[in-house]
Amino acid sequence: MIEIKNLHATVDGKEILKGIDLTIRPGEVHAIMGPNGSGKSTLSYVLAGREGYEITKGSVNYFGQDLLALEPEERAAEGLFLAFQYPVEIPGVANTTFLKSAINAMRKRRGESELDAMQFLKHIRAKTKQLGMTDEMLKRAVNVGFSGGEKKRNETLQMAVLEPKFAILDETDSGLDIDALKIVADGVNALRSPERSMLVITHYQRLLDYIVPDYVHVLAHGRIQRSGGKELALELEKNGYKEFGVDEAA
Amino acid sequence: MTSTHSPRRGDPVPAQPYLEQYDRVKAELPGAALSWVRDLRELGRSRFAELGFPTAKVEAWKYTSLKSLEKVAFQPARPAAAGVHFDVLPHVGTGPRLVFVDGFFRADLSSTAGVPAGVELSGLAETLSRNPDLVGEHLGRLAVSDEQRFVALNTAFLADGAVVRIGRGVEVAEPIELVFVSLGSDDGAVAFHPRTLLIAEPQSKATVIEHHVGLGIGATFANHVAEAYVGEGAILRHYKVQREGAEAFHLSNSVAKVGKDACYDNFILTTGARLARSEVRVALGLGSSCNVNGAYMIGGHQHCDTTTVIEHKEPHGTSREVYKGAIDDHGRAVFQGKIVVHPGAQKTDGHQLNRALLLSDTAEIDAKPELEIYADDVKCSHGATAGELADEALFYLRARGIPKDEARALLIGAFLAEALDEIPDETVREAFHGFVTGWLGTR
Repeated sequence: MIEIKNLHATVDGKEILKGIDLTIRPGEVHAIMGPNGSGKSTLSYVLAGREGYEITKGSVNYFGQDLLALEPEERAAEGLFLAFQYPVEIPGVANTTFLKSAINAMRKRRGESELDAMQFLKHIRAKTKQLGMTDEMLKRAVNVGFSGGEKKRNETLQMAVLEPKFAILDETDSGLDIDALKIVADGVNALRSPERSMLVITHYQRLLDYIVPDYVHVLAHGRIQRSGGKELALELEKNGYKEFGVDEAA
Repeated sequence: MTSTHSPRRGDPVPAQPYLEQYDRVKAELPGAALSWVRDLRELGRSRFAELGFPTAKVEAWKYTSLKSLEKVAFQPARPAAAGVHFDVLPHVGTGPRLVFVDGFFRADLSSTAGVPAGVELSGLAETLSRNPDLVGEHLGRLAVSDEQRFVALNTAFLADGAVVRIGRGVEVAEPIELVFVSLGSDDGAVAFHPRTLLIAEPQSKATVIEHHVGLGIGATFANHVAEAYVGEGAILRHYKVQREGAEAFHLSNSVAKVGKDACYDNFILTTGARLARSEVRVALGLGSSCNVNGAYMIGGHQHCDTTTVIEHKEPHGTSREVYKGAIDDHGRAVFQGKIVVHPGAQKTDGHQLNRALLLSDTAEIDAKPELEIYADDVKCSHGATAGELADEALFYLRARGIPKDEARALLIGAFLAEALDEIPDETVREAFHGFVTGWLGTR
């Protein structure tokens, strides 16, 4: 179980998160919707452990652990996964090298033997095929020269091979056409399980047609303003975020 | 070769002990009976006496001070008393290997089995004693005492080194490896001045790898000079891996003359020495090309200076230069890269890139790219950057469970790979990647 309590965070002295409360149980898919600048991405970065954010108040209990005390790699090892809104390009590091390093780092922590190049390729083959990823995409440098859709498929592949307990999908739909969106959503849906929790962060309702959440929360002005079932997303689609003091169409 | 560095005068005072040592040992040096060898050495002595050690006012040495070297009382090296274990000597390929300890050729540690027909490999001292005519027309013709103070010093003490001659049309598949071991002595600091002569005759093809390693204790001063003749249509790949010890001073001057339609590749990988300066000078002939690349990784208080001069003397020459370095702790790197396009050298294509990665707040890089162009139909460019590891890339890797140190190593390795990937031979490239990985493992 993930329990976020009264979480406050500042960036360069400016308060972005102003008291987030959220509880996610195993198997649940929660969506956080909100306008630009509401603190959606800050929340995902704070949970993943990115530097540059100061937690001024509150706590995150992650399966009995103080999540905020862990380094980013420790959080990942504990099964937290952030699918980036803007996957980072890393020239000079082959996608396979990156994936293999990630998998082996996790295996090492769990006391399992590391995979060699052959075992690794076998391990990921079915998953790359499902996501329509070519060998060529695996050989290329991480995200370098990838289209928006390829980047998000690459994120989904990482999620599939790392098998997280808790996945945060930050604006996974941004920059995707409908076909790419479907491929990515299928990949994500294939990972839904009674043990796996997900937090889907999005500006638009569209993604939630494909990844159907159990709960929807509206984030605005650094706080969760309203929570409800999946129908709340449809309501936002119709009325926008006006009701929450934001003059912007959803 | 012309030099525009000025003023070039240095300090003659710290040079004095070297001159006195030379006067003491000159009669015992190999080939001392030959007048042309004596004259060569005397010219080296007199030029070094004039030029001395560089002061801060000498433009070419603006960023590299040799005060720390001047303070050490070096004695000329003697043949090592201590043993060197064969197994610790580096070997990238399976080809022939010449080994030098404190500048002295060691036949007992070398292996010349399997040297292909048409290839001559020998120690310089032996050659000067037995068959001096073999090197008479090449020695000291490219690396001239007039221009460079440490070429002059090397020439004064000219004694031993490697002679590699690849006969006309001969292609050598396995790299020829030259291992220079800095052993030093318990009795005090030692200096040596090896001279390497590489002669690739027309249409030949070979790879020569110099390894410079420190295996002993105590301060050493290695002052290398290499002269590379690349004949018409020949391909010579001349690589160097410098992994000397923490108390080593390493100076080197490599001078290459590239004939018509020939190709010269130079690559220098540096992780060692307290202070290192590698100078590479290439003169390109008609339609010839060169790659002058390198990578360095330094930390502690190491100083690594790379100074290159590429001269396009005739039309249709191509030069590529990619230098990348990672600097940690209080390390300081210097990159001075000059491309000169002489009058009439039309259709020259010259590119230079140098990028440094600063891994600490106290790391430093001084870069001085220079283009001197005296022809009007040329393509020349240079680029220089200095930056830090990208935070977002580091976070991305860590967010995938890769520990911080491993993530840093992965990113630094990737940064340096751009230079290493310029090495065409896979075995050599992989071996060089291995040296980089080795260094990253010590961080």
